[in-house]
Amino acid sequence: MDLHIVWFVLWGVLWAVYFMLDGFVLGAGMLHRVLGKTDIDRRVVINSFGPVWDGNEVWLITAGGATFAAFPTTYALMFSYLYTPLLLLLFGLIVRGVSFEFRSKEESAAWRGCWDWAIVLSSFVPALLFGVAFGNIFSGLPMDQAGYHGSLVALLNPYGIVSGLLFVMLFLEHGALYVAVKSTGELSRRAESLARTLWIPLLVVAVAFLGYTNFATKLYDNYLKTPVLLVAPIVAVAALIGVRVLLGKGNTLSAFTASCVTILGVVGTGVIGLFPNLIPSSLDTLYSLTIYNSSSSEYTLRIMTAVAFMFVPVVILYKIWVYRIFRGRVTAEGVAADHEAY
Amino acid sequence: MMDVLTLSRLQFAITSMFHFIFVPLTLGLSVLVAMMETRYVLSGNEMYKRMAKFWGKLFLINFALGVVTGITMEFQFGMNWAEYSRYVGDIFGAPLAIEATVAFFMESVFIGVWAFGWDKVGRRFHAVSIWLVALATNLSGLWILLANGWMQHPVGYVLRNGRAEMVDFMALITNPFGLLKFGHQIVSGYTVAGFFVMGISAYHLLKARNREFFKASFGMAAVFALAASIMVAVIGDFHAADVAKTQPAKFAAMEAVWNSCSNAPMHLIAFPDEKNECNLVSALPVPGLLSFLAFHDTNAQIRGITSFPKDERPPVLPVFLSFRLMVGLGTLFILLSAAGLFLSRNGLLEKYPLFLKLLVLCIPLPYIANQLGWLVSEVGRQPWIVYGIMKTSDAVSKSLELSQVIGSLLGFTLLYGLLGFVDIYLLAKFARKGPEETHVGATNAFRN
Repeated sequence: MDLHIVWFVLWGVLWAVYFMLDGFVLGAGMLHRVLGKTDIDRRVVINSFGPVWDGNEVWLITAGGATFAAFPTTYALMFSYLYTPLLLLLFGLIVRGVSFEFRSKEESAAWRGCWDWAIVLSSFVPALLFGVAFGNIFSGLPMDQAGYHGSLVALLNPYGIVSGLLFVMLFLEHGALYVAVKSTGELSRRAESLARTLWIPLLVVAVAFLGYTNFATKLYDNYLKTPVLLVAPIVAVAALIGVRVLLGKGNTLSAFTASCVTILGVVGTGVIGLFPNLIPSSLDTLYSLTIYNSSSSEYTLRIMTAVAFMFVPVVILYKIWVYRIFRGRVTAEGVAADHEAY
Repeated sequence: MMDVLTLSRLQFAITSMFHFIFVPLTLGLSVLVAMMETRYVLSGNEMYKRMAKFWGKLFLINFALGVVTGITMEFQFGMNWAEYSRYVGDIFGAPLAIEATVAFFMESVFIGVWAFGWDKVGRRFHAVSIWLVALATNLSGLWILLANGWMQHPVGYVLRNGRAEMVDFMALITNPFGLLKFGHQIVSGYTVAGFFVMGISAYHLLKARNREFFKASFGMAAVFALAASIMVAVIGDFHAADVAKTQPAKFAAMEAVWNSCSNAPMHLIAFPDEKNECNLVSALPVPGLLSFLAFHDTNAQIRGITSFPKDERPPVLPVFLSFRLMVGLGTLFILLSAAGLFLSRNGLLEKYPLFLKLLVLCIPLPYIANQLGWLVSEVGRQPWIVYGIMKTSDAVSKSLELSQVIGSLLGFTLLYGLLGFVDIYLLAKFARKGPEETHVGATNAFRN
């Protein structure tokens, strides 16, 4: 078996799972002030993902680590070329994590208000920048043998912005559905109705993204060559429609599941379209970073494959188990009574 | 001076030293809290549960910053050190990816179970979850130090296809340099935690609040700190001897040995003069001690700094001073924790308020010793980023512009400064509060 392909698949899976899991934390973080009219409601939103957000974020660390170990040249160039957006993204993730921890450690309304806005901003910025970064990766970075010819402003091209908006909308929808599933009463109903409202602009942005992709990228080439791959975008679109249908039936848990599938499908669609590139060059395909020209040695890939196949299933098992422990809804009474809660 | 390389180095130093304010306490306090909770599970004594919760709360406040500043470390290799990442990623990337997969997941998933699961899982399993956090935290340290150990003493690779490629994974994970460093670091972290708990307990004992609670905490921490600080010295001795073999230039700088000699003495008082390549002061020699410490043989030959080409020497003064100060502090920790254990065992703690005050003031010292150790390790490796293979000056990203690095350096300094300030404020606030809520005598002590 070609280990390069194994690692390409793993690379895509790590990103897709990361966006599926952190997506609802980012989304709920952006929305917690809108959804939570009172302090206790905001705390309910934050505590709804309290036990799991940190574990979710590790998928990003692992995606980064896997890129480093399996495709070191891609890791090196991707991170140094996208220096400023990654830096802002990093600041966002840093602020978000400490904000959860610090927010409720003081009674003062001003203190909590500050951290609330920190949470909103530090959830929005990474959501947007992940989209912008992946949009630019899909369309290719201006690089050749002399290095990188891009700039921060150039990354904010129309396609990058549409991708950024798509990620923001996907996560907003995802987060609203998560809160609807995990909370009770008025808060849950408000989240559910917001999910219905958000679905329309999400659909508009998704259609714009799919259409624009045809002009701005070469992602569809693989699908024209191998039509069976179309199953990924079809699943993504079907799941996106499923979200609205299931919401209409009042089944928020199924709608949230459909939203998970949507995110997996969207990321899958992009990653399949990239193959065998990891970062195409927009100047000349000769300088594209592929799974072959930017990978680690055969030996390293073998070691890493063994590690991944031994430990990732264990991780998935205990993660599922932990989600089961915390499967119930979070209530205002429960949060108020729990001195350990955020 | 103000170029991309210098600023990137400065940024790496600031971000890693800041990250390393939080890591050592996490390493040690996770184990201490796990021990407290285990005592609760085994004895059923509620006080140990309150202990696990009180110290656990401080653990979590500290943990949050450790986690988020850790992401910076992973990103920075690619962002600022792209040439390094490309050249050695084949072998250096593996331990980082393995760390995330086998350790970091476990740590962050089970910290959630522990923090939020007091009423959701059985108490045995709750105690197991903090042990899993402690295990994962220490495992995480192992993989990071194997990665760093490889930069210090590269093994298991060949230079091929214009880069360092891994050929022997076993050599990488059994690298004595990495393993010794891991051992030295882990117990240094335990020392930080021991002094942290002793110091805060001493503060409360001085105020005569929750006396039983803090005497018991102090007692556990004193044993822990004494055992750990002795191990720091023992493993540190082996580590230094290994450095003498693998990185003779660093060892020479640590001890300010300018000229090669056999039967080398250790000067108890010395001060290097880098310009004139000699020591300004050197007094109180102990004959043969340095040769003995390095090679366990008083006649062994020690290479002096002048035997290395000028462009392969580390800066001597900071390495020498950091090493001396670290060793001095390490010795102090053994004495202080031994005294603490003696007083605590004989119920004499409250008779010596001056000693308690001293311990409060000593809380920062093990942190400083940890930072000094890393200064020795990283500055002492210069000018190499990977010892003998790649120079730091060849490792920096080529695509970076000065303005980008100035921006990020300013951003990190401001953000970290602010967050560090808030974190210390909260730690102090909750450390001072004490487990007061426990007085109400409710079944779950922390409910209100």
